[in-house]
Amino acid sequence: MKLLVCVSKTPETTAKIAFTEGNTQFDTSGVQFIMNPYDEWYALVRALELKEANGGSVTIINVGPAANDTVIRKGLAIGADEAVRVDAEPSSALFVAKQIAAYAKKEAFDVVFLGKETIDYNGSEVGAMVAELLDVPFISYASHMDMDGDTATVTRDIEGGNEVVEVKAPFVVSAAKGLAEQRIPNMRGIMMAKRKPLKVEPAVDAEDLSVAVHYELPPEKGDVKLVDPENMDELVRLLHEEAKAI
Amino acid sequence: MVLVLAETQKGQFKKAAYELTYYGHQTAQALGTECAALVLGTAEGAEELGKYGASEVYHINDTALDTFDSQAYTKVIAAAAEKAGANVVIVGHTSTGKSLLGRLAVRMNAGSVPAVNAVPTLEGGTFKVRKPVFSGKAFADYEVKSDNKVLSLMGNSLQPQEVGQAASVETLDVEVPAAQVTVKEVKRMEGRTPLPEAELVVSAGRGMKGPENWGIIEELAETMGATTACSRPVADADWRPHHEHVGQTGVAIRPNLYFAIGISGAIQHLAGVNSSKTIVVINKDPEAPFFKAADYGVVGDLFDVVPRLNEAMKKFKAEN
Ligand SMILES: Cc1cc2nc3c(=O)[nH]c(=O)nc-3n(C[C@H](O)[C@H](O)[C@H](O)COP(=O)(O)OP(=O)(O)OC[C@H]3O[C@@H](n4cnc5c(N)ncnc54)[C@H](O)[C@@H]3O)c2cc1C
Ligand SMILES: Nc1ncnc2c1ncn2[C@@H]1O[C@H](COP(=O)(O)O)[C@@H](O)[C@H]1O
Repeated sequence: MKLLVCVSKTPETTAKIAFTEGNTQFDTSGVQFIMNPYDEWYALVRALELKEANGGSVTIINVGPAANDTVIRKGLAIGADEAVRVDAEPSSALFVAKQIAAYAKKEAFDVVFLGKETIDYNGSEVGAMVAELLDVPFISYASHMDMDGDTATVTRDIEGGNEVVEVKAPFVVSAAKGLAEQRIPNMRGIMMAKRKPLKVEPAVDAEDLSVAVHYELPPEKGDVKLVDPENMDELVRLLHEEAKAI
Repeated sequence: MVLVLAETQKGQFKKAAYELTYYGHQTAQALGTECAALVLGTAEGAEELGKYGASEVYHINDTALDTFDSQAYTKVIAAAAEKAGANVVIVGHTSTGKSLLGRLAVRMNAGSVPAVNAVPTLEGGTFKVRKPVFSGKAFADYEVKSDNKVLSLMGNSLQPQEVGQAASVETLDVEVPAAQVTVKEVKRMEGRTPLPEAELVVSAGRGMKGPENWGIIEELAETMGATTACSRPVADADWRPHHEHVGQTGVAIRPNLYFAIGISGAIQHLAGVNSSKTIVVINKDPEAPFFKAADYGVVGDLFDVVPRLNEAMKKFKAEN
């Protein structure tokens, strides 16, 4: 099985969110970047487990500038065999998906793994785009996945429960919590990662059809209204009469 | 024309379908056009969608669409959009919608904006729409340049309102391709509203000390008709099921009312819940960061406060 894992780079979860240039750009100064948690903790680790059990290879792909190499090396340190970076700014979901699909098609991967969403733009759309570009099935929000030959049984999260589906490779799957347990790279992995191949590919032509043009921070919350812990009737009254929440 | 995908569950429409139709109606008004609703598979009461602003309702009544396959759905929706002359297609930001939006974007060569929470604007011919980014810590306005556009609407973004009459339902004949995905089993917890759709949520954290203490949370939720949620360490320790985990790496929610009980208010937790309309924090530590994000706060021991709150709620319910 040839497995491809798409990894993206996102601001670390406690990063201060601010904007520059008249609120048109995310302010990256002082922001630390990490591998998107869904990609690292779940998608990559489940791909590695499947390779360890059934053989094959795990390749990671990122669409981004050279500065992303540190994130990619971390993926190699966790255990991926090789990596590709498509050398371009990830300017929109469609642009990114077209790069991934072009590479996946060329190399004929059996399964393409992604995270369920990136924690910065919360798009949750690249996976479906890649699947449509490749004209293969897409299983979103997988929290469990087993493979038997080229047939996968996948549990996907749906509102208030889950759904178990069966699908044959090739297909695209996006990873939710539960798919695997996070792995911390060890010293040996980090040393080996330095010698693993990281290919740089040029981007294919693709247009941006939708782009973020302006950002805004939400209004500040007013002060909290404290209610006497002995007087819960008062809290209920406030929720009913003032907040109109019940 | 704007086309919305009105989802059903076991053939029934839920509030989300009415909300989406109403949103489609508002979008159509902003664009100077009309809104049609599309219904797939077995469904009852599709004409009701007219009340929420659908001028037409199209129904593809094929039982093959009763189980979900994103590939087949995409082909059917794109074909229906073409028949209806729709260049804007809107789905819910649900498990179904999230599997479809990107596919539809590719198939229709459409610019997409996922998880929008406001009605688009059309100024000087430029189509713009707002969505939350950075897990609710900011908003972004997206510009869509293509003729075709696809959007997904974040749940609980607006209150559906009746704006018209029941519509007549037109059966559409569209070929349904064979599904490549076999659905083996669908498991849904019965009774409670699923978290992403819940308007009232009672959530608890590590301050509960252990899973055996959750009775008071369940009782409060029961009294209020609320859905229960939890912080990440609680789900990680298997005190509660994983699907209850809210936050940046769990489910993002925006209910009308969110109770945070024995939860400190770490930034990653807040990221998934800070769009809630009203937040109540119960914590024994007056310095807990959650109080800064709260509308109402109770400083006290949750093991005293929650049962007392439950009694007060019961009294309120009995009187109202
Ligand atoms: C990358 C990353 C992603 C994360 N994603 C998430 C996420 O999605 N969701 C999430 O929740 N967390 C997430 N976390 C974890 C987060 O940082 C916090 O560790 C977590 O939210 C803390 O959970 P808690 O508030 O239940 O526990 P604690 O921080 O231990 O807080 C317990 C609270 O209970 C109060 N308390 C104790 N006893 C009582 C009592 N008797 N009465 C009243 N109050 C009491 C305490 O004062 C305290 O404030 C993430 C962390 C990282 C690094
Ligand atoms: N620039 C990128 N390079 C590679 N993979 C990406 C990139 N951006 C997003 N992805 C993948 O697509 C998933 C969903 O992203 P999104 O649709 O943007 O929320 C992520 O979890 C990644 O697996």
